[in-house]
Amino acid sequence: MVPVIELANVRKTFGSVVALQGVSFDVCPGEVHCLLGDNGAGKSTLIKVLSGVHQPSAGTIRIDGKDILFKSPRDAYQAGVATVFQDLAMLPLMSISRNFFLGREPTKGRGLLRRFDARHADQVTREEMVRIGIDIRDPGQAVGTLSGGERQGLAIARATYFGAKVLILDEPTSALGVHQASMVLKYIAKARNDGIGVVFITHNINHAYPIGDRFTLLNRGTNHGTYRKSDISREEILRVMAGGEDLDTLVETPGVVV
Amino acid sequence: MSATSAEPAKGIHIKKKGIGSDSKRLAKQSTFARIMHRPESGAVSGLLFVYVFFLLFANGSGMFGADGMLNIFKVSAELGILAVSVSLLMIAGEFDLSVGSMIALSGLMIGVGVTKLGLSLPVAVMMAFVLSLLIGAFNGYLVVRTKLPSFIVTLATMFILRGVAVAVTRLLTGKTQISYVVNEFNQDSWVVSIFSGHLFGGLFQYLAEHGVITMRPDGLASVPGIPVSILWWVLVTALATWVLLRTRLGNWIFATGGDANAARNMGVPVDKVKILLFMFSALMATLFATVQVLESGSADTMRGIQKEFEAIIAAVIGGCLLTGGYGSAVGSLFGALIFGTVQVGMFYTGIDTDWFKVFLGLMVLMAVLFNDYIRKMATSSR
Repeated sequence: MVPVIELANVRKTFGSVVALQGVSFDVCPGEVHCLLGDNGAGKSTLIKVLSGVHQPSAGTIRIDGKDILFKSPRDAYQAGVATVFQDLAMLPLMSISRNFFLGREPTKGRGLLRRFDARHADQVTREEMVRIGIDIRDPGQAVGTLSGGERQGLAIARATYFGAKVLILDEPTSALGVHQASMVLKYIAKARNDGIGVVFITHNINHAYPIGDRFTLLNRGTNHGTYRKSDISREEILRVMAGGEDLDTLVETPGVVV
Repeated sequence: MSATSAEPAKGIHIKKKGIGSDSKRLAKQSTFARIMHRPESGAVSGLLFVYVFFLLFANGSGMFGADGMLNIFKVSAELGILAVSVSLLMIAGEFDLSVGSMIALSGLMIGVGVTKLGLSLPVAVMMAFVLSLLIGAFNGYLVVRTKLPSFIVTLATMFILRGVAVAVTRLLTGKTQISYVVNEFNQDSWVVSIFSGHLFGGLFQYLAEHGVITMRPDGLASVPGIPVSILWWVLVTALATWVLLRTRLGNWIFATGGDANAARNMGVPVDKVKILLFMFSALMATLFATVQVLESGSADTMRGIQKEFEAIIAAVIGGCLLTGGYGSAVGSLFGALIFGTVQVGMFYTGIDTDWFKVFLGLMVLMAVLFNDYIRKMATSSR
């Protein structure tokens, strides 16, 4: 299967700091590819390269097998790469449907009478939210009234509705409680079933392992391998993420059981 | 130590949460609560309070006669024209402190145009409108480019514009006031009637002749009609409300003030929105100035002082948050009406008008606290 997005041997340096070194990474349609790594492993840099915020210093990006250069996040977006950053680009004081269509408002009428088609916006928002599994009472209620998990769901629904082929989720579960996080995992599963390639960035193995199809382990800017779920255990991932030895030292501390 | 179970944990019984969403366990909001959550609800209740107060204490003083009411509406209309543009700007997260100076400058542009450059009144008014749009665009451009708070940038232009207005006027005329801007040659111009005329004069005369409203000794009605400025006020407010609630631009205005960065990420042209709104506030300042100049017939460098603050007060009472992203255009209409009612009402009740500013300050405090409360209600996870 041709990956929907592919990074080949990407290197990214900031001055003398090497943030990424020879990283290759790809996502196929209808799969969840988890990007795992501890703080400072290069996860953020990698997604910024994927989403067009940074340009790689060396190496190539391919969309559907063709070489491409993202000059800006807009280029990436137009190529079907939607990134849901941690701030979600949501306005808490604005309604759900206005947030859903922000910057891409449907209009009716012509010329001076061209106006925001609120009814259409409300209807689509409600349908798309139900499709992802959130039953909203009123698309006119403020986004601030939604829970953290529901906001993630809204961001995912918005990205998929506007034709994303690749969905990059930056730590979507990190600030959430157990129940909310499992809801978000369900939204991710829905997006995968729609044939979208999902890049799921996290450092929480308990969230990544149940949903992931493949796992890429980053450490200090280099790729420590990409594995299918059947080829790697939860414990092994955890060990690599922690840098191999840190956990062992922790075990030796009296009174701590890992 | 808390009670620790001796048995191994197994199959702890818990109540399942609703599937998918927590919103199911919530009752439907009542209509009353929905109305109370509108940004302008504070201003409407404030207005009701003010009217109850004056009905109790000023009834029979003539305040609620045709004369008094028209006075209230006239004062409110002029402030309201400014407040509506300031509201939009505040919703987009910016301030314009230069509107007061803009009023003086625009008035003087009309005055200089007519008396010194020999322009006809329509051309002079047109020139003032065009120049004000340029100045507004400059304000906006400065804010967008420097990324400084607009509070500081427009504080600077407030002094610059006032200074230019005074200096140039004195240079050209030797005085700080220009009289006879409206004179015997141009007083019948159509510009005079669309900016300072009266509507329904015949109707008011008819009402006076039939004793519905009072008549002056000379046989004319006590009020000549409804000042056109009131029509301008209602029109501009209606237009702004429509734009805010029913167009893409309105959505962008809210988003720009709510979180400019998020809005930019979603493709909203944040800078253009801001510049456009600064142009609108300069334009409304000029509308205010035109009404004033054509009504009084003269222009003065002292015009419009403190109007920028009065407009902000009306906008805040109308439900705008100082931090942007929330507010209402129609709310500013109610805010201006409270302002006008109290100002005129104090005159009729015989309360020393020195207390007016004390009242204003208290109103602002109350409005800010109320807005804060409404915002918390609107965004709390219900």
